[in-house]
Amino acid sequence: MGIEVRNITKTFGTFTALRDVSLGVATGELVALLGPSGSGKTTLLRIIAGLEEPDPGSGAILFHDEEVARQRVGSRQVGFVFQHYALFRQMTVFENVAFGLRVRPKRQRPSRNLVKYKVLRLLKLVQLESMANRYPHQLSGGQRQRVALARALAIEPKVLLLDEPFGALDARVRQELRQWLRRLHDEIHLTSVFVTHDQDEALELADRVLVMNEGRIEQIGTPDEVFHRPATEFVVKFLGQVNFFHGRLEGDKVHFSTLAWDWPEHAGASAQPARVFVRPHELDVDVERNGHLALQAVVTRIHSAGPNVRLELRAASGEPLCAELTQERFRSLNLSVGNTVYVTPRDVTVFADEAPK
Amino acid sequence: MGKTPGKTLLDKPAVAPKPPEFNFSQRADSKQPQLPVRNMALKQHSILPGFGLTMGFTLFYLSLIVLIPLAGLLLKSATISWDQFYAAVTDPQVVASYKITFGASLVAASVNAVFGLAVAWVLVRYSFPGKNVIDAMVDLPFAMPTAVSGIALTALYAPNGWIGRWLDPLGIEVAYTQLGIMVALTFIGLPFVVRTLQPALEDLDVEIEEAAASLGATRLQTFVRVIFPAIMPALLTGFALAFARALGEYGSVVFISGNLPMKTQIVPLLIMTKLEQYNYAEAAAIAVVALGASFAVLLFINIMQWWSRRYAAA
Amino acid sequence: MVGTATIKRTENVRCRAAAATTESRWVRWLLIGVSLTFLGLFLAMPLAAVFAQAFSRGWAMYVRSLGDSDALSAIRLTLLVALIAVPVNTVFGVAAAWAIAKFQFFGKSVLITLIDLPYSVSPVISGLVLVLLFGRQGWLGPWLEARGIHVVFAVSGIVLATLFVTFPFVARELIPLMQAQGTEEEEAARLLGASGWQTFRRVTLPNIKWGLLYGVILCNARAMGEFGAVSVVSGHIRGETNTMPLHVEVLYNEYNTTAAFAVASLLALLALVTLVLKSVLQWKTGEQLAPEEQGYTGD
Repeated sequence: MGIEVRNITKTFGTFTALRDVSLGVATGELVALLGPSGSGKTTLLRIIAGLEEPDPGSGAILFHDEEVARQRVGSRQVGFVFQHYALFRQMTVFENVAFGLRVRPKRQRPSRNLVKYKVLRLLKLVQLESMANRYPHQLSGGQRQRVALARALAIEPKVLLLDEPFGALDARVRQELRQWLRRLHDEIHLTSVFVTHDQDEALELADRVLVMNEGRIEQIGTPDEVFHRPATEFVVKFLGQVNFFHGRLEGDKVHFSTLAWDWPEHAGASAQPARVFVRPHELDVDVERNGHLALQAVVTRIHSAGPNVRLELRAASGEPLCAELTQERFRSLNLSVGNTVYVTPRDVTVFADEAPK
Repeated sequence: MGKTPGKTLLDKPAVAPKPPEFNFSQRADSKQPQLPVRNMALKQHSILPGFGLTMGFTLFYLSLIVLIPLAGLLLKSATISWDQFYAAVTDPQVVASYKITFGASLVAASVNAVFGLAVAWVLVRYSFPGKNVIDAMVDLPFAMPTAVSGIALTALYAPNGWIGRWLDPLGIEVAYTQLGIMVALTFIGLPFVVRTLQPALEDLDVEIEEAAASLGATRLQTFVRVIFPAIMPALLTGFALAFARALGEYGSVVFISGNLPMKTQIVPLLIMTKLEQYNYAEAAAIAVVALGASFAVLLFINIMQWWSRRYAAA
Repeated sequence: MVGTATIKRTENVRCRAAAATTESRWVRWLLIGVSLTFLGLFLAMPLAAVFAQAFSRGWAMYVRSLGDSDALSAIRLTLLVALIAVPVNTVFGVAAAWAIAKFQFFGKSVLITLIDLPYSVSPVISGLVLVLLFGRQGWLGPWLEARGIHVVFAVSGIVLATLFVTFPFVARELIPLMQAQGTEEEEAARLLGASGWQTFRRVTLPNIKWGLLYGVILCNARAMGEFGAVSVVSGHIRGETNTMPLHVEVLYNEYNTTAAFAVASLLALLALVTLVLKSVLQWKTGEQLAPEEQGYTGD
């Protein structure tokens, strides 16, 4: 196991940032900590790095099966990339990257030539060889990000931690750097954890995603699992727009609005209220009823500029809905605002309400 | 020449923002709730070293150089009875010196508020040859040793001085009168108003003035109704800083005042006189009252800054 | 960084030149005229008066006034006092700023207020507290005197008074600067394996050097020029406990005006040098404070 976090709790005064959090990251894995502001993801990352201490008596942190909680911060060998990079502003790019090698105790310090060789190799890796003599303020945001990464890699870290690595960049650079970072990770296979509040970033980049909320882990899984089999309501809602219905589990079906959906897991249990979620792209829209159970709705708005067409609808019962269609499907239906349509789900996610006590 | 707010020779409480005391979690993820820490930990964990050493030294040295001597002053004034203390601080000569100090400081700070506003405005808004040099010169009263300022002002305003010789035929005496005290205190307080107003004027959003103009306001109306209210807290702060400095000023006044009891004797001079008479208890008593006045002004300044920060946040 | 800062300023000026938001030409010139007259009367004339009076009886007299043995000993004492007070308060200022700016702890704003305290104490009262503590009738005076240590009317008293009045200067410059710079660079250095001392010397010190120098310059100007506090504790013993400002006072009160202004002219020169250095350093620290631009911009 590359990184193991066991039962960590962290409080700031009366505020609990982390509640009994445990996590394992396999060697060579890239894991995303995903959550809204204040969910504790940055605190968890800082605790793994040793920048914060967990509450006394709570749990342990292991790198490659070795307990590090009692180790001095400098000897944990963590590569940490700060959100705003924290580059040394009075040093050149070269000096920034060389810093971790030059501050080693005399006996472990590499020779001048070796430092130069290592730094230039790293600058080549992050494609900044030509910038070695620039100062941080002379670089663009994306370039600073890469210097910060090279600096973190220079100490040959056991793990790499990145705090909102793309948070301070504009959309286009963010996209490029995301793909670049994934390729880099596939090349060097360093156990890595990064924090983000952007679900697309987490789902696209990570081997596994850890969704956090209010100091707790909601779900850990591959991007596919997290997206298609969300473990909690919070995960459903956080990973993008979703239609919500109050429903009822009865027999092996869940009933909501004017619809019913097979839910064999419930068969045999007593009837109970439930919450039903349907993603916009999992709603089928047709202009005719076609014999199925369907939900009647009126088109209130059409967003057709984009790879898919999004429809805002109002159900006959009054609730607003959102559906997403391919451009082809949209053209074949020939819809305009005010039309009546019939909506059927292709897939749903159901959570039974807590039994009232 | 770039100017950063607070970068002046201000040798009174600087205008630099003080962080609110309970702002404890200024961390990388600034979106995290910043909650007060009031429980067990007096200091939050940090991986930076040296807190014990630097904090220990700071507290030790602060106590040694500042706190213990000031505590000594309070103890000394407590060695006389309350009646004696009251008699010492309400003696007619002492009361007269309070009035002179207070009055002259008030006049000087007011003169500085008016002319300081003009100077700050001109330095921020207009360009003219030699502006950078003049801007730098505004700090001269901070940099010039007070004794030098004192004798220079006396030489200027003496009946045969460069300025005094023009005023003398008009029957205006400056040197060795209360007017002289006001001149010296105006000199010494000059930078405070200018240096607190400059950043405030620089931070003013031009769009607000443009908005006022687009709504039909004349330039004068814009100044009175839009600009002046916005810079009012800074102006008051500068005024109070100049006033506080004037209350305690000694070196630049001692030469020009003439030191006549009841007429031109300011509080610091009176304390000096008591000291020369080895009347330490009374000197301490008067000093305690004077210190109390300075701290009251300081408190006022802090409230002003708190107010202007709230104003800015609104 | 400097470039962008200046460009921003001139842009502002240009925006303001727009007709809607500027005054008519004669209001402008009237305000400039009033301001310059005020500054001329209160700044330029006193400064000119110092040099005019110093040279009023010729260059030879000026040199003779400064070459006088009492004047020389006053210069030596002033340099000695500054040489002690400035380094001590610099070390204190760096230590205090490190503790205050880089850590979060309870009671921080109280501590900052206490450090500022000497600013709001009248110089005469600063001297008075030392006399009350170390004078012949003071709390510690008799005990020290019995052991042959003199503070009041001695050089050590002058040093203590100077330490008191120049106490906040360096700390006051460094605290806001170091707070604005944050702790991330230091944290990064620690994570890369740097020791505490390496972190301070290689990361923090280069970041604050101009601000530090600025504080030192101001501290030095006040240390060499302090009059009130030093006057109370010195006893004005010629050739022994007279600093330059005190020597100016003694000469002036003896109606030796030319000599007084000759010594004063050296102090005025110190003030001018301070102002020049201050302007240069202001520009440099502005540059150090500019890193808001670092890290927040995209490509």
